[in-house]
Amino acid sequence: MAEIAEGGGGGHKGGKKRAKKQSTRIDMTPMVDLAFLLLTFFVLTATFSKPKSMELTFPAPPEKPDDSPPIKNGITFLLSKDNRIFYYEGEFKSTDSEKGPKTQLSELNFSKESLRKYLLEKNKVMQGQVKDLIEKHDKGQLPDTTFKRLVRERKADKNTPTFLIKTDDKATYKNVIDIIDELNYNVVGKYVMVDILKSELDLVTEKVGTN
Amino acid sequence: MSKKPSKGGAPALDMTPMVDLAFLLVTFFMLTASFRMAEPVVVDPPSSIGKVDLPDNHIMVTIDEKGRAFFGISNSTAKMNALREMSAKYKVPFTEQQIIKFSGLPSFGVDIKDLPKYLDAKESDRTNFQPQKGVPLDTIIPNNQLKDWIAIGGREAVKMYEEAKNKATESGTEFKAEKPRYAIKCAASTKYIFVKDVIRTFTDLKLFQFNLITQLEGGGTIVEPEK
Repeated sequence: MAEIAEGGGGGHKGGKKRAKKQSTRIDMTPMVDLAFLLLTFFVLTATFSKPKSMELTFPAPPEKPDDSPPIKNGITFLLSKDNRIFYYEGEFKSTDSEKGPKTQLSELNFSKESLRKYLLEKNKVMQGQVKDLIEKHDKGQLPDTTFKRLVRERKADKNTPTFLIKTDDKATYKNVIDIIDELNYNVVGKYVMVDILKSELDLVTEKVGTN
Repeated sequence: MSKKPSKGGAPALDMTPMVDLAFLLVTFFMLTASFRMAEPVVVDPPSSIGKVDLPDNHIMVTIDEKGRAFFGISNSTAKMNALREMSAKYKVPFTEQQIIKFSGLPSFGVDIKDLPKYLDAKESDRTNFQPQKGVPLDTIIPNNQLKDWIAIGGREAVKMYEEAKNKATESGTEFKAEKPRYAIKCAASTKYIFVKDVIRTFTDLKLFQFNLITQLEGGGTIVEPEK
């Protein structure tokens, strides 16, 4: 064990006689045991990484109901149970009219081939432009500030779609986070959480059933 | 240090470096450890590619799988002040001891009427505390206590932040703390409709920016559809 050796000249204390070359040794075993016990405890209880988070801004509710501005070029995702995603493009039309036929829902799921592919396709132009900008920026042809402004401009461009995320009462929080995550992954600049409309809910219920 | 062992004994191994290292590590872990009391619920947040750290100074609403809301403030002084204000508002008296106990809680999920009883309960009994139905946030029967907690707690947390900032400016030291932020921690399997109620409570208070707490994962979020 670890020992403390006493220097020479310790032989006259208290009149006790000791062998001249025998050194006083303290048994450190209990202390070392305790040290390792504490070490184990702290190692096991230590929390190393802080939880990560995702920043999100929600829209302010409109002052008056039905006052929200019409969104052009919108794509609406309707999340439902069993990780199912329904979507439609453009405005919601409850019946056939001169604007176009009645809205039909298409379906996507959270797999790479489905949702990501769809988002990629919808955002191809913008993503290409952003990629070019990143390349230029990396080569040092663009100053940081200009780069930031240009990326923001591209993302907010009128021609890029705005994604609306709506949920029915069976969708889980995970679905919402996953879809926002996927949008972030695909550098989508414009997305927003909105309440579902009654007519949309009816369409979703038709697809998934009431249970 | 190592001397030849006395005759007949086992060969002594010099353990000094190992012990030194052990104590070094103990010291390190002791100093870096941050002790937290047990949360009233354990929620398993979904994963995302979000890489923003949860700010140290935060006001957090936790939502469990059953949709119960739990409220917590990271700053303990702000927490105590918020309890005093809530106590006056809802006319529920608290003893000074209860208030101090409250400042140590990470979060709680009971009606303010049950809060004194909850604080008096033993720590081990709190998880199974019966009226733990979550902080009420009903909007139909107007009993939105969560709204008051957020409003008052937020105000107190900002006040603490401003005070600390002013103090730092007066003494000329560098001020590093961040403004309090609102965080929502929610179990992955919670129905979104419960989260919506909480978010509505926030937006009613004109608070629109949140940190949604997630676990870190690599790459994008892909869930294979269940067959």
